[in-house]
Amino acid sequence: MGTVWFCLIAFMLTVYVVLDGFDIGAGIVHLAVARTAEERRTILRSIGPVWDANEVWLIAAGGTLYLAFPGLYASSFSGFYLPLIMVLWLLILRGISVEFRSSFAHPVWIAFWDGIFALSSVLLAVFFGVALGNVVRGVALDPAQRFFEPLWTNFRPEVPTGILDWYTVLVGLLALVALAVHGCAWIAFRTDGETAARAGRLLRRLWWGVVVLTVLVTWFSWDLQPQITHNLHSYPWGWILPALAIGGLVLTWRWSGRRPLATFLASAAYLAGMLASVAFGLYPYVLPARSDPSLSLSIENTRAPDAGLRLALAWWAVGMVLVAFYFWMLYRRMAGRAGHDESHGY
Amino acid sequence: MNPALTVHRLQFAFTITFHYVFAQLTMGLALFLVVLKTLALRTGDERYERAARFWSRLFGISFALGVVTGIPMEFQFGTNWAEFSRRVGGVIGQPLAMEGVFSFFLESSFLGLVLFGEKRLGRFGHWAATVALWLGSWLSGFFIVATNAWMQHPQGYMVGPGGEYGLASLRGLLLNPWLGWQYAHNMLGATMTGALLVCSIGAFYLLADRHQDCGRLFVRLGTIIGLIAGLLLIYPTGDGQSKMVARYQPATFAAMEGVFQTQSGAPIVIIGQPDVERRRLDNPLAVPRMLSFLTYHRWAAEVRGLDQIPSSEWPDQIPLVYYSYHIMVGLGTIFLAVLAASALLLWRGRLYTNRPALWVLMLLLPFPFIANTAGWITAESGRQPWLAHTLVRTAEGASPQISSGNAWFTLLGFLGMYALLSILFLFLAWRQIERGPVAAS
Repeated sequence: MGTVWFCLIAFMLTVYVVLDGFDIGAGIVHLAVARTAEERRTILRSIGPVWDANEVWLIAAGGTLYLAFPGLYASSFSGFYLPLIMVLWLLILRGISVEFRSSFAHPVWIAFWDGIFALSSVLLAVFFGVALGNVVRGVALDPAQRFFEPLWTNFRPEVPTGILDWYTVLVGLLALVALAVHGCAWIAFRTDGETAARAGRLLRRLWWGVVVLTVLVTWFSWDLQPQITHNLHSYPWGWILPALAIGGLVLTWRWSGRRPLATFLASAAYLAGMLASVAFGLYPYVLPARSDPSLSLSIENTRAPDAGLRLALAWWAVGMVLVAFYFWMLYRRMAGRAGHDESHGY
Repeated sequence: MNPALTVHRLQFAFTITFHYVFAQLTMGLALFLVVLKTLALRTGDERYERAARFWSRLFGISFALGVVTGIPMEFQFGTNWAEFSRRVGGVIGQPLAMEGVFSFFLESSFLGLVLFGEKRLGRFGHWAATVALWLGSWLSGFFIVATNAWMQHPQGYMVGPGGEYGLASLRGLLLNPWLGWQYAHNMLGATMTGALLVCSIGAFYLLADRHQDCGRLFVRLGTIIGLIAGLLLIYPTGDGQSKMVARYQPATFAAMEGVFQTQSGAPIVIIGQPDVERRRLDNPLAVPRMLSFLTYHRWAAEVRGLDQIPSSEWPDQIPLVYYSYHIMVGLGTIFLAVLAASALLLWRGRLYTNRPALWVLMLLLPFPFIANTAGWITAESGRQPWLAHTLVRTAEGASPQISSGNAWFTLLGFLGMYALLSILFLFLAWRQIERGPVAAS
């Protein structure tokens, strides 16, 4: 049961990053890619109808994590108290900047929300990357499964650990650049004319940043988290996942500028491959302890009683079929590029 | 004792209260959108479409705020209430995850269609999208009330090896007897908010002599739906809910009614100030024997007072429980009286020109929000000192490693952020009301 729910939650979080990733990415680059308020509105229109549904993956994944691994939910959310509350504030600002920008046609109002949208998107990407870095590096857990991470200590990934150290910041930067590329791929796919061309050019420049940071982060992660090497030795099929990431990254470059949908899907494959590699590398841990591996939180010592997990599996499966139907409907009706003249609210 | 406990409680109380302003508004308005779209579909009258478009714009603003203030609620179970989550997450995680999977995906997928898809979907398609949105929002309410009903009256659970609670039966969770009454009462409360808001804006237009046709429609619809909701709020749902409390949470019931001494033929207190230190009620205005009758259907029935319950089981803020309950009931009674008078005038054909009545309807605007909030404060502070009744105490539930400095930091941040959201909401909502139900430009 623990392994099943570990995979399901990893799946939900991956879908979240791939889907909300492109609208966060669009927010990161929209000031650079779009020059006029009207061009920026076109980008917003391409994400306006879907960003909320994309973000529901985070809420649903959070709820699922809560039901399946309440011990992990309790320990990690309270241990990462400050950064998580800041993420909430950023999600609030970002949500209202998308929804309220076009509800008052005043140039200063619009410029203000465009700025808030960009700023909150940049910070969210970095925060999510830093969070992932913290999980891979591990935290200073005590025998009661508790910890509390200050925002920073000495910026070294050793005990006493802090949220920010050179390793987690590096992962944060990778998340920022990778989501920016993902956002460029979305804009190039969903808009046309000069906006799409600029997004394509920016993508090819940022791509090099992703390559360099991916190499660095992978190198240091293997060094910091021995479980990754251990799992790749024990289960060699796991090499498929980093291979998926590398393949996605290469194809993002090759297809960019010529095949916009394929480029976007390749970028999605890169993100999915990276996240799946992290999940594979940590299993069965869900939050490793930096100091003493025996104190790590795993799927065994944090999960809810099996009876309830079996009950949940049935309704979860039904729910996912419905969700697949909603998303098919939602994205199908968006076929065609986001133009300037649609009678749209965003 | 956790030094930050009070700050954690304040932060959760503040963020949930603020969130529920928008949640009740969207649930109430979603029902009105369905009513208006159904009337439009059946009569083909363009006025209903115009009215639906107007309310869907206000719905959109309040929905956005409901979404962004709702996410912190789920997160705070983990951040601020870690020990509670560690022990009961295996149970209440289920309805919370169900809410995400079954209602948030539904709502978020159909919201765009309702707001911007009218031309593309056609009349029937747009009606169906509105119904889906309403279902999503009322389903969301169901899962949240299911979570709360479990905390009020836990059942269907089992105890795991480490003393943590897990779900043993979905039926126990979703068919909790507490849940049925609480959900019906809560949704009628949201309907009342929607009805009085629609009424109030309609009365405003009639008094300002603008948008006369829609103003009349709003006042009429709001009065009729509000009157029905008001009656059902008192009986059977309010009655059923209070009997549930009397049966399973006697300490809460005694605090709500201000019963310090056990007595047979207990009076019901209309007004009075509880003096907890002296265990009595100051300046009481009471109806003799009424509480015994309403609760047990016997004039002489004995009602258990706080004196028979150990003080460690008492709610820690008895006056708050007492006042919020009386504010809720008092406002509900006033709503019913005003709406009954309004319905009478409507029936006699004099409501639209009766300016005093329109003034009263317009000024009712803030009060359903207060009544709903007071109802929830009754439920939540009434359940104290427990988080999950008889299972987890509030004092044990908070995250032990969060210092009060960190808790204050985030509480102040939420206060500032939500002050900004309030200003934005009032500004944007006022712009829509000012613009009114005009034909699309």
